[in-house]
Amino acid sequence: MAVGSKASKDIRCFHCGDAVMHAGFTADGHDFCCVGCQSVYRILSGNNMQQYYRYNTHPGKKKTEHGNRYEYLDESVIADKLVDFKNEEITVVTFYVPAIHCSSCIWLLEHLYKLNPAVVRAQSDFMKKQVNITFKHGELPIRGLVELLDDIGYAPKITLQDVVKAGRKFSQSGLIAKIAVAGFCFGNSMMLSFPEYFGMAAFEAKYATFFGWMNFAFSLPVLLYSGRDYFTSAWHSLRQQQLNLDVPLALGIAVLFVRTAWEVFSGSGPGFADTLCGLVFFLLVGRWVQQRTYHHISFERDYRSYFPVAVTRIIDGVMKPIPLADIRVGDRLLVRNGEIVPADAILLKGNADVDFSFVTGESEPVRKVLGEIIYAGGRQRGEAIELEVVKAVSQSYLTQLWNNEAFKPYERKFRTFSNVVSRYFTVALLAIAISAMGYWFFQGNATKAWGAFTAVLIIGCPCALALSGPFALSAALSIFDRNRFYVKNTAAIEQLAAIDCLVFDKTGTISSPNASRMHFNGELTPDERAMVVAAAQNSNHPLSRELVNWGGPVAPMCVSSFQEVTGQGIKAVVAGHDVRVGSHAFVGAVHTSGDAVRGSHAFMAIDGHVKGCLVATQPWRPQLVEVIGHLAKDYELSLVSGDHDKDREHLRVIFPKRSTLLFNRLPIEKLEYIRTLQGGDKTVCMFGDGLNDAGALKQADLGVAVSDDINNFSPGCDAVLDGRSFPRLPRFFAFAKDVRKVIHMSFGISLVYNVIGLSFAVMGAMSPLFAAILMPLSTVTIIGFTTMATRMYAARQQLTDNVL
Amino acid sequence: MSAIFFLIGCSVFIALIFLAAFFWANKTGQHDDTYTPSIRMLFEDEVEEDKTENKIT
Repeated sequence: MAVGSKASKDIRCFHCGDAVMHAGFTADGHDFCCVGCQSVYRILSGNNMQQYYRYNTHPGKKKTEHGNRYEYLDESVIADKLVDFKNEEITVVTFYVPAIHCSSCIWLLEHLYKLNPAVVRAQSDFMKKQVNITFKHGELPIRGLVELLDDIGYAPKITLQDVVKAGRKFSQSGLIAKIAVAGFCFGNSMMLSFPEYFGMAAFEAKYATFFGWMNFAFSLPVLLYSGRDYFTSAWHSLRQQQLNLDVPLALGIAVLFVRTAWEVFSGSGPGFADTLCGLVFFLLVGRWVQQRTYHHISFERDYRSYFPVAVTRIIDGVMKPIPLADIRVGDRLLVRNGEIVPADAILLKGNADVDFSFVTGESEPVRKVLGEIIYAGGRQRGEAIELEVVKAVSQSYLTQLWNNEAFKPYERKFRTFSNVVSRYFTVALLAIAISAMGYWFFQGNATKAWGAFTAVLIIGCPCALALSGPFALSAALSIFDRNRFYVKNTAAIEQLAAIDCLVFDKTGTISSPNASRMHFNGELTPDERAMVVAAAQNSNHPLSRELVNWGGPVAPMCVSSFQEVTGQGIKAVVAGHDVRVGSHAFVGAVHTSGDAVRGSHAFMAIDGHVKGCLVATQPWRPQLVEVIGHLAKDYELSLVSGDHDKDREHLRVIFPKRSTLLFNRLPIEKLEYIRTLQGGDKTVCMFGDGLNDAGALKQADLGVAVSDDINNFSPGCDAVLDGRSFPRLPRFFAFAKDVRKVIHMSFGISLVYNVIGLSFAVMGAMSPLFAAILMPLSTVTIIGFTTMATRMYAARQQLTDNVL
Repeated sequence: MSAIFFLIGCSVFIALIFLAAFFWANKTGQHDDTYTPSIRMLFEDEVEEDKTENKIT
C-alpha cells in the first residue's frame, strides 16, 4: 500500500477522484481510473453535458457493481409495483439513488432529458436521495430508464421492501395542519385579549363582550381539531389504567375551555382563550419537534430489502425473470456471479463459492459441491450456477428468524422519563386541586372553590414538562446525526442512557470489512510484482482486486493468456512467464505458514517457483482497544460471533477478563443470549451488522447496526452507527446520560414555575393575564434551557466540532 | 366606533387567507423538500447550448 500511494497522488481520476493506478484510460486529455468512469464521461461529453464536471471536481462515484441486470423490469408484474402513476402516455416513478451526494448529481439527474428525450421531467430530492422521473413509456421502457441511470453511475436501488414508499407513510402534514390552526387561533385571540389586559374603560364594555365571544369562537377549533389527539390519548391511557402525561394535559385543556365558556356565557370575565390556544400550539410544536427526523435512513429493513426483486427461473431451458414471491419448491433457478441465493436450494450445476459473510459473519467464501444444500442469503462468487429450490423463501433457514416472537409486530415501549413522572404528577395535581376546592368550600365561598379548583388544573398543566423531553432529545438527535450516529427517534436516546450491558458482534462490527490489511510473506522484485498485478487485473475475485491495490501502480505488462479456475486461482502468461496466483495447492506451495491461519491468503508462483504469500486480514476498527477500555469501566461487555474462534486469544486481551466471549453462534443463539441477559435484569444494547444479528438487534433493548456505508443494507434496528464514528462510542453513551440529566434539570425548573403558579392558584386569585404571562414564559425558559444545556454538554463531550 | 367591528372582521379575514395559503402550500408538497431548491437555483441556464441541441435533434 505504502509503495503505491506516493506515486499516484499526482494523477486523480477526472470522474471519481480515485488515484489512477494504471494509464490507458483517457478521453479529451483527462485521465480515468477505470473503464466505467471513462464511459460515463464519454456519454456525458457526447451529449454536451460537461457542465456536470464544472459544478464540482470529481463529482462521480466509482461503479462498484458491474453488469447489473434489469431484465426483470420487462415483466409488468414486477415493474408495476415500482410505478407511482401511469396513464396511456406517461409513467411517473420514484427511485432511491444512493449515489446522490453533490450538486452535480442533482444537475445531471434533472437534465436527463438531454440524454433521452423520452424523459419529460426529473426532480431530485437531495436529502432523501430520491429522484422522481416522468417519462413516456412508449418511447422508453422502465428497464431502459433504469439502464440509462445505471450507465451514468446512478443505479437506483430496487428492493422488494420499497423504502421509498414506506418513507411516505410517515408524513406529518396532519400535525402541521393542526399546528397551523392552533397558531392562527393563538395569534388572533392574543390580539383580542390585549385590550382586556391593558384595561378597558366602562364605556368600552360592549367591546369586551364582543371580544369574549370572538375568543370563544377561536378556542373552538383549537379544542375540537388541534387538541383532539390529547383527549384520545388520555382516554386510551385511562382505559389501560395508566396515567401518561397526556392525562393532565387533556385535563388542563378541558378545564381551560370550560372555564372560558362559563366566563363568556355568564359575562363574568374574559376567559382564558389565549392561554388555551397558546398551550395547544406550544404542545403541538413540541410534538412536531419530537417526531422530526433529521435523516432518511430506513430503520425498518428486513431480509426483503436485502434480497433481489426478481430471480431467473429456468423452465425447459428458457430463462425468465420472476418475482421473488412466486418461487415455488422445485423451481430451477439460475444464480449469476454476485447474485444472492434467494431460497434454500440444492446445487445442480456449476461450481458454487458462496459468500455467507452477511448471513453468518464468516468471512471466507464457502465451497459447495453438487447436490449440497445452499442456504438462502449467500452471494455466489464466480460462475453462474443452477439450483433447485427446496424451501419457500419465507420458510428458509435465514428468514425463519423473522418468525421468532421477537419479530412479532408490537409497539416497542421505551420507559421514558416523562411517562414515569406523569403518574405521580397527575395524582399530586388532582390532590392539590381538590384540597384547595375543599378548603374554600368549607369556608363557605363556593365561587372561590370553583375558581381555585380550575386555576390549579390550568396552572399545573405540565406544558413545560411535556416540552422539556422533546426539545432536549431532538437537540441531542441532531448532534448525534452530525457525528454520524443516526438514532431512530428521541425515545431511543433515553434508552441509550439506560443501557448497562453491551453485546458486540465481531465481523463487520468491531472489525472493519472494507479496509483489509495486506501483508506479504516472501520477496518479489519490481518486475515480478508487475507481472502478478498484470495477471490479477483480469480477475474479478475480491482477493485479486486487493492484490492490485496492494501492488500499486506498476508498468503495464503484456498478458498473452489468462485462465481463472474458480475457487482455486488464476493462471496467466505474462511477458512470456507463467504466473500463478491462488491457493497453496494450486500454485504448488507447502502450506505450513502459521501466519496464514487468520484471514484469506493468495500464494504466488512465477515459472513454478513459489515467491510468497499475500495475507489479507480484517483489521480491528481503529481505537478498538481504547473504546473497549473506556466502555469496560461502566458497562458489562460481551462478544457473540458467528465466526469460528480463531481470534479468541487476541480478543481475550482486548476485552476485560470478566466479559464473555462466544463464538460459532447461530443467529437464533445470539437472540437467545440477549434474552438470557435481559432475564438477568440487564438493559442490553446489541451492536451488529449483518442479517445474522437481526434477531439479536430486535430482541435487545436497543439495537445498533454498525455500517460502513449507511446507504447499503443494514438490518432493522434503533440506530445506525457509521463505522468511522466507532471511536466516539464511549462519548455517545456519556452524552446520552448528560441529556437525561438535562431533562431532569428542566423538570426541576418547570416544577419551580408550577409551585409559584400554584401558590397563587390555590388562593383563588389567578387572573387571565397572570396565566397568559406565566405559561409562555415557562415554555420559553424550558425550550431555551434544554437547547442550550444540551449543546453545552455536547461541547464538553467534544461532539459539536463538525466532522467530515 | 363601530369601525372596530369592521376592522376586526377584515383582519380575521386576511388571516384566514394566509391560513388557507399555508394549507395549499403544505398540500402541494412545497415543504417536502426544503434543501434541493437552494442548490437548483444556482445552476446556470444554458440558453445557447439548448438552442444548438434542439437544431440537431
